[in-house]
Amino acid sequence: MITIKDLGFAYGEKVVLKNISMTLEEGRIYGLLGENGVGKTTLLTLLCGLKRPQAGSIDTDGLKPFDRQPSLLSDQYYLSDEVPAMNMKAEEYAKNYGKFWENFDLGKFHEVMAVFENDPQQKMTHMSFGQLKKTYISFALACNTKHLYMDEPTNGLDIPSKSQFRKAVTKYTREDSIILISTHQVRDLENIIDPIIILDRQDVLLNATLEEISQKLYFDYSSEKIEDALYCEMIPGGNIQVCLNQSGEDSKVNIEALFNTVHQHKELIKGIFNK
Amino acid sequence: MEFNSNKSIYLQICDAICEQILSGTLGPHERIPSVREYGAEIGVNPNTVMRSYEKLTNEGVIYNRRGIGYFISADAKEVVLEALRKDFMENELPAILKRMKLLGLDICKVMENN
Repeated sequence: MITIKDLGFAYGEKVVLKNISMTLEEGRIYGLLGENGVGKTTLLTLLCGLKRPQAGSIDTDGLKPFDRQPSLLSDQYYLSDEVPAMNMKAEEYAKNYGKFWENFDLGKFHEVMAVFENDPQQKMTHMSFGQLKKTYISFALACNTKHLYMDEPTNGLDIPSKSQFRKAVTKYTREDSIILISTHQVRDLENIIDPIIILDRQDVLLNATLEEISQKLYFDYSSEKIEDALYCEMIPGGNIQVCLNQSGEDSKVNIEALFNTVHQHKELIKGIFNK
Repeated sequence: MEFNSNKSIYLQICDAICEQILSGTLGPHERIPSVREYGAEIGVNPNTVMRSYEKLTNEGVIYNRRGIGYFISADAKEVVLEALRKDFMENELPAILKRMKLLGLDICKVMENN
């Protein structure tokens, strides 16, 4: 379990994270959403120990990530948004760097590369951006870590790779893992990310499972107008309307509509979910 | 798997399994994929699949053998049929009748022509 308490971080004068508190549990694939500049990447780099919290604390199974204990480092992986092209074949990279992770599995690296139809014998400097990204995703999954942080992993992936990514993330990760994926491409990751975390400027607006969300909010897709809808967006063939779930009926959570609803009704949403 | 836009995913997974039971693709005491296997197959979070399996277990459509997996119940087909009949009478039929009324269709004439 990861416990974040009153976390704060600023770049010089510019405060990015302030009073951030949340817990992350095993066996979950968290989706970290938020507008540009709210500190998603900063939060990920703090979680993996690349940065030191300036206020508050992060506790990962009893350890502080910034202490960079080998036992924790070898059981976590951070996939950054931009990945370097090394002057070697993908397979060589995996063999050389996989050594740092105690559960690294070269066979799994090849398996995921095959899923993505990526050639492990290709030099990384000769790869397209998407191919390079897929190489790193394969590597990240092959590391078999308990903690996996991915920053915008589907950026640059082609159409077939997106569904392959969704399948690979379910198939090739450990059951006890805590996975945190930051993204703007919510459609790429729909059905995969659950719980949903919505980060705002110096605040956590939401950290809830889809089940909790659908208990409290109702997503209506009909063409009939709802009077007290919190959010309404026209789509071909009707509307997406979000309202408080009073009947207890179950509906499909539309993450984009959820995001917009939460942003328009910050205090209301925080109130409902913190009850 | 293609999901439609307005029913929650866990219910759509339940529906898909029930369809397979009705069509005979899944027979009594047949094992269904584990939560993670199924999740990976259709690209859905395992926790969502777990929710579907829990619902189907509570309804007696599938049963869990601890450490082995989930299996189709002996009388799954009857259970599913009964639930669908009930849903048809309570939800689908009233909707059809309402639509027919709106379109000015007489039920007796429609029956004669079919």
